[in-house]
Amino acid sequence: MSSIARLRPALLLLLLQFCLSVLSPALAISTGSVDGHTINGRIKIPVAIGALGKISNVKVILNGGQNVTFLRPDGYFSFHNVPAGTHLIEVSATGYFFSPVRVDVSARFPGKVQAALTENRRGLTELVWEPLREEYYYEIREPFSIMSLVKSPMGLMIGFMLVVVFLMPKLMENMDPEEMQRAQEEMRSQGVPSLANFLQPAATARSG
Amino acid sequence: MHKNPSSSPSRSVYLVTLIDETRREKKTLGKDFSSAMATMLRVFLLLLSLLSLTAPAFSLYEDQVGLADWHQKYIGKVKDAVFHTQKTGRKRVVVSTEENVIASLDLRHGEIFWRHVLGPNDAIDGIDIAMGKYVITLSSEGSILRAWNLPDGQMVWESFLQGPYSSKSSLLVPASLRVDKDNVILAFGKGCIHAISAIHGDTLWKKDLEADSFEIQYMIQASDSDVIHLVGFVGSSQFDSYTIDAKSGELIKHDSAAIPGGYSGQAALVSSNTLVVMDSAGSTVTTISFHDGKVTFNQTPVSTLIEDFVGKAIISASKLEGLFSVKTGTLTLFVRVTVEGKLEVVNKVDYATAVSDLLAISEDRQAFAFVHSRSTDIDLTVKLGADWNHDLLKESVKMDQERGSVKKVFINNYIRTDRSHGFRALIVMEDHSLLLVQQGAIVWSREDALASVIDVKTSELPVEKKGVSVAKVEETLFEWLQGHVLKLKGTLMLASPDDMAAIQALRLKASGKSKMTRDHNGFRKLLIVLTKAGKIFALHTGDGRIIWSRLLNSLRQSATCEAPTGLNLFPWHVPHHHALDENPSVLVVSRCGPSDDALGLLSFVDTYTGKELSSASLDHSVVQVIPLPFMDSTEQRLHLLIDASGQAHLYPKTSDALSIFRPELSNVYWYSVEAETGIIKGYALKEKASDNYSFDTRSIWSIVFPSESEKIIKSSARKSNEVVHTQAKVIADQDAMFKYISKNLLFVATVAPKASGDIGSSTPEESWLIVYLIDTITGRILQRMTHHGAQGPVEAVVSENWVIYHYFNLRAHRYEMSVIEIYDQSRADNKDVWKLILGKHNLTSPVSSYSRPEVMTRSQSYFFTHSVKSIAVTSTAKGITSKQLLIGTVGDQVLALDKRFLDPRRSVNPTQAEKEEGIIPLADSLPIIPQSYVTHALKVEGLRGIETVPAKLESTTLIFAYGVDLFFTRFAPSRTYDSLTEDFSYALLLLTIVALVAAIFITWILSEKKELRDKWR
Repeated sequence: MSSIARLRPALLLLLLQFCLSVLSPALAISTGSVDGHTINGRIKIPVAIGALGKISNVKVILNGGQNVTFLRPDGYFSFHNVPAGTHLIEVSATGYFFSPVRVDVSARFPGKVQAALTENRRGLTELVWEPLREEYYYEIREPFSIMSLVKSPMGLMIGFMLVVVFLMPKLMENMDPEEMQRAQEEMRSQGVPSLANFLQPAATARSG
Repeated sequence: MHKNPSSSPSRSVYLVTLIDETRREKKTLGKDFSSAMATMLRVFLLLLSLLSLTAPAFSLYEDQVGLADWHQKYIGKVKDAVFHTQKTGRKRVVVSTEENVIASLDLRHGEIFWRHVLGPNDAIDGIDIAMGKYVITLSSEGSILRAWNLPDGQMVWESFLQGPYSSKSSLLVPASLRVDKDNVILAFGKGCIHAISAIHGDTLWKKDLEADSFEIQYMIQASDSDVIHLVGFVGSSQFDSYTIDAKSGELIKHDSAAIPGGYSGQAALVSSNTLVVMDSAGSTVTTISFHDGKVTFNQTPVSTLIEDFVGKAIISASKLEGLFSVKTGTLTLFVRVTVEGKLEVVNKVDYATAVSDLLAISEDRQAFAFVHSRSTDIDLTVKLGADWNHDLLKESVKMDQERGSVKKVFINNYIRTDRSHGFRALIVMEDHSLLLVQQGAIVWSREDALASVIDVKTSELPVEKKGVSVAKVEETLFEWLQGHVLKLKGTLMLASPDDMAAIQALRLKASGKSKMTRDHNGFRKLLIVLTKAGKIFALHTGDGRIIWSRLLNSLRQSATCEAPTGLNLFPWHVPHHHALDENPSVLVVSRCGPSDDALGLLSFVDTYTGKELSSASLDHSVVQVIPLPFMDSTEQRLHLLIDASGQAHLYPKTSDALSIFRPELSNVYWYSVEAETGIIKGYALKEKASDNYSFDTRSIWSIVFPSESEKIIKSSARKSNEVVHTQAKVIADQDAMFKYISKNLLFVATVAPKASGDIGSSTPEESWLIVYLIDTITGRILQRMTHHGAQGPVEAVVSENWVIYHYFNLRAHRYEMSVIEIYDQSRADNKDVWKLILGKHNLTSPVSSYSRPEVMTRSQSYFFTHSVKSIAVTSTAKGITSKQLLIGTVGDQVLALDKRFLDPRRSVNPTQAEKEEGIIPLADSLPIIPQSYVTHALKVEGLRGIETVPAKLESTTLIFAYGVDLFFTRFAPSRTYDSLTEDFSYALLLLTIVALVAAIFITWILSEKKELRDKWR
């Protein structure tokens, strides 16, 4: 939820610049000539990723679908004919997570902005906000690594096999010569040499 | 192999068993060691289960897109179209539709260049192209004017037009008019005329006409002058004409006169100073000339135009030079207006036609087209505006299927290589399809009825017949191996982009997902889709292609049925597994008009061929359809139709069905929710039949909500075909809780009448939300709960023994989701082992609504970020797999959310045992994990519903989301624990086996050699 910490320095600079420059345009709530008010605001999407094609697909939604509007190329939007009260603005943009914003449209003090992100209760002095985070909808394939191959069941099987092939003879060498003799005799008595017989003495050797 | 560290609920079951093993170990091993070991294991397991929470159960790699899912984009029935073909390069047509979509289509292929779905209350009234680069739309009854960049669809500016009252609206984009070097757009809306700069959307001037309820008909620019005329009506009897200077907005002249005979709302402009209107009786045509301040009327009865005229005539509002068309029943008359205001019939055709607007093809020549359809043919005629006898073009085009009558036609011309004029026509048909006709052929067509889906059902595909195997062994072993080597390369991340493409193609081919037969896993099915156009489609779940489509004859407009609307689909005939020669069929229920008491229509459609088997016009209305759990001897499902007067009608109307139904008569109950009056009623059938197949009903209970404090805004019940695997829920400490599982559970939400409006219209103090859980057989209220300071809209889903609903919390100003779970207390003492042994348990007692078991409810609430359009829940074949919620968000995405996040037993600090059980520590809001969007990076624009269908494979459910777009995917709520994943590498398995066998041989040879050496020693 720490969106401020996640902001890039460049974006911060942009925000600062924007706050300084944007005192004149009516980025707020203005009273219309008829009964309703107008909510003006601005959505800022990091330009580096949000190419122009993406901005055109951003929707701004008032009160869960009562009004839907789109962004102008500079990110501004406005809702007209909004009655006084507390409203909710949501932003739908593929690839970004936006917090909904509560906006108080006051009948008594026209032009006064009271807005806050509902997710982290951060107040907005101007009705300008940016995504809390980017959303990536896919799992990222991990790059190939030997470890992942080794960890897979097949890798483990091969690993075990290698252990048997190369470490077992070593263990056999360390065995007691008498025991070795006995084992070999046993083998001879059984006649056909098999892998099981080959492994048996090793197993007994390890436990002993 | 790349496995995610994530675990699933099913896997957590496995973890629990592991813990049991560790406990058993305790007894045998040394105590100190075992406890240390156990704690270590526990910590490890805890870590694992924590990991499993952060990672979503559903996730997709980017290259898996399109393997199991498909997405189709639609626009809806076209209302208006503007061609843009002047420049070389991309030729396009911009359309506005009844689904509030504005889209730019490729004129060559019919594909969408760009598209915007406006809000649900933002209907588009007019579109045009300004300055050759902006698309201008006027919407919301003439109050919002927007300009979109033609190439990419970016909104350039938006202008809000205000006025004193709502009225019809009109948009005019004059080509040559300029004010201060600015192109001007004239928009009339809400009683005012606005001149808007086309470049930046500023208002240049605004003129309030100061007339009450002036309904504009036409806005005309007098040729090559800066004067515009506005003609329209006030009320039903007064004609008004305004002349306004387009440069300054000054009112030059205002004429007003009463129309003799009244006015019916239809008018056609035949020249820049002559208007033709039909009177309110529909029998007299009045010609109005407004010239130099004089308004003259000239009345002509329709009967003088046609000899045997009866009924009502309709003027089609076409902008033809000196001509207009009159429709009477089946006849269409083209009538010319002479200079003196006399009418003469130019031509008479005995079929309904659609007429296009005038199109200027050269400086002084204008053409128009009229089109009509005869079953599968369309006749297109293009004529010069002035000269009736000469056809510019007359061609007949064959369609691939019947598409009903022609609704609209838009024409555009191009210059052929021999410098003659060619025409292309964009035709909107009755089935909402869009056709582009050029040079006597259909260049492309779009099935845009699919943008307005009403109901969806699935149908099984035919069983693969033995002997006639569709699956052929097409590839050699080498190819097979090659494919797997490629796949292996893919898993090892060694593949080049070309290889990746090859892998993708291979996967699609190998899955055989578009075959027309049933598959082992039950993934391949037919989606039977009923649309607003009255057209039924069968879509293949594998790739979404249309298997068949049919415009139902019974759902077409006719003399007996003015406005037929489809209601629901029901599976009618589902043959059992061995009946290979029988095709399943669906029942389409519809009614003649929007009101409840309109007469009903039934239609039966074969789901394999799309043939309409039969249809019936009912002599009663249809309010509710109850599919009964009985089949007759021909395997037709019994249905009970309830009409507006409360009578129940049994279908099919056979004695066989009746004999099956009679014994069950006393077991049939149903309920009705009357939102307007705030009454919920329960009904049962009377024993005595009023006639053979109709039954009288009696009301057995009712719940009346006080209208001054409660208003019903949502009711929701369990899906009737839902399967529940177990009634008991094992909780920590080897304890069990018994779910209250009843098919007759109804969830009802009411709000304070003051708070029933939009968000922002009420204060927290005056709003509340009350939810009820009601048993629909007895009317017993199982649970009532009040949320103070909350309001709608409410979306809810009921499943098993729980209900989850979404609403708005005004105090926190956030959306909330709550869960209520119901448990059966009367079975709680079954846990006692002694009782079980002594047989004093009530496990065998049936679950019945007649008994009144003690119930216990638990509930909890959480914040949720988004507005919600629809909520559904996954459903699987046996109901074993854990459930996930499917939430259609306001951004038109579908989010999967594990039910474990909505568990009333969540607490801030769950105990060790609870953690092991999989209970998530309580947080105030529900997490939104981007990877768990089942629609991934796609949007289902205009989302309206989510349908889930179980596959045969227990782990998997099929999801179909519909709105303006369609989206289908396969979804495993707990991952596919019962089958290998698609990216399982068989090649790696094979390689391992080969390596192992080789190793065995090598070791064997080595041991042989060694033995030999030993012998020689």
